[in-house]
Amino acid sequence: MSFREALESGKFVVTAEVGPDKGTDIEHLLKDADIVKNRVDAINVTDLQSSVMRLGSMAVCHLLVDRGIDPIFQVTCRDRNRLALQSDLLSAWVLGVRNVLALTGDHPTLGDHPQAKPVFDLDSVTLLEVIRKLNSGSDMAGNELRGAPEFLPGAVVNPGADNEAALELQIMKMEKKIEAGARFFQTQGVYDLDAFEKFMKRIEGFHTKVLGGIILLKSVGMARYMNRNVAGVFVPETLIQELKTAEDKARVSINIAVRLIKGMKDLCDGVHIMALGWESKIPSILDAVKE
Amino acid sequence: MIIADQKPLSEIQDMLAPYRKILLVGCGTCMTFCSAGGREEVATLAGTLLSENKDMTVDKMTIPQQCAVKFIDRLADKVGNYEAILSMACGNGVQAVANRFPEKPVLPALNTQFIGVEKEPGIWTESCMACGDCILWRTGGICPITRCAKSLLNGPCGGASGGKCEVSKDRPCAWQEIYHALKRLNMLHYLKEKPRVKDWPIHPGRIVREDLREVEAA
Repeated sequence: MSFREALESGKFVVTAEVGPDKGTDIEHLLKDADIVKNRVDAINVTDLQSSVMRLGSMAVCHLLVDRGIDPIFQVTCRDRNRLALQSDLLSAWVLGVRNVLALTGDHPTLGDHPQAKPVFDLDSVTLLEVIRKLNSGSDMAGNELRGAPEFLPGAVVNPGADNEAALELQIMKMEKKIEAGARFFQTQGVYDLDAFEKFMKRIEGFHTKVLGGIILLKSVGMARYMNRNVAGVFVPETLIQELKTAEDKARVSINIAVRLIKGMKDLCDGVHIMALGWESKIPSILDAVKE
Repeated sequence: MIIADQKPLSEIQDMLAPYRKILLVGCGTCMTFCSAGGREEVATLAGTLLSENKDMTVDKMTIPQQCAVKFIDRLADKVGNYEAILSMACGNGVQAVANRFPEKPVLPALNTQFIGVEKEPGIWTESCMACGDCILWRTGGICPITRCAKSLLNGPCGGASGGKCEVSKDRPCAWQEIYHALKRLNMLHYLKEKPRVKDWPIHPGRIVREDLREVEAA
């Protein structure tokens, strides 16, 4: 079943994520993808995540297609103007890519080439409009395409916005993304189910699918780092203590993920698991969710 | 106004290395207001250059604007006496002076940074990128093209934390500022307008005003 079919079937969908490395060595990445291949509905491939120069998302998506995996092509507006974005979308389509996640992208200053010229010719909303236009058979300038893609467009939303202005703006932008054609949303990592439930109540009536973000907590240090540095991620102190006092930290990390996924089953349409190198733990997490 | 700051002295010294007779020219408008190249800064830089280069002649002059030919003309009967002009104007002024005296090397003593304001003493911030299509009327008087690090037009990215931009903690998220301004002005509906794509201007910019050209011709 393709990701589109899974999403439209109404089942609780599961997506995972791989981040291409810096360099041409892809063995590890493909191994991670193979581990989760039969357990997830799609795998996101990140686009120069955190503005760090790496192997590209499109090539890796193509390799996943070859292995029978339905990839979600993450496309940011950071590095390409409207010409390059449209061209890359068409290129991805002919390489077998069917799902696109439209993102604004981190600023280059966050990465390893901080002096790079930021592009941001389009943003996540107008990129979605462009995808819809390509799907309808014309480019952004209105020129007819000879052969059009049929992408399933998706977007992201950050339910953990940390003040009134940030939250209202996130919701306003989410509505714009839906109007621009986004058919599904993957969220930033969620650790507080009560807060997430409030967010889901707030967007009740939005006609879209929401996949809650699960970031596996690999250590106490990582949790504290995210609380300090990752916008919209808040790991409650109770979870940090649970991890801190645990003898088998990996086991506790899995338990936390299982609890969150079970909680999300009643709140949203699926989960997006960001394992960050712990892909091997995804099958046991999903087994435990079923129990 | 245009905001600039002085180049490192070593770079200025490198530029001046071939020359011994220098005319140091200040600018009486923006560069005076941003304390980068007015009469005071001209005096300070001249003093520094003379103390570092004993055999150098540095004469000083500050004109009201280095970007207006009528003021640049005040230099006309002097430039012949110097090997080079060291300009404490913005890049605009340096080019206008260079254009007026094509036989003379005109060297920039400043780095032109942006169009902005003095936020508090000693702190200047950028507020306009001269993008050619002003939308301030629907963004509460706060420019997202300039003050959002990504120049986003349709709302913020998800990168802000504690109201600050992901680029640095000393920059507020422009979209959160816009939200507060529009709320205060009862204009939040502007946030729900249909998405916009920026038509980027072609550089170098050029404006032709036929009405003014006709007056001149007559």
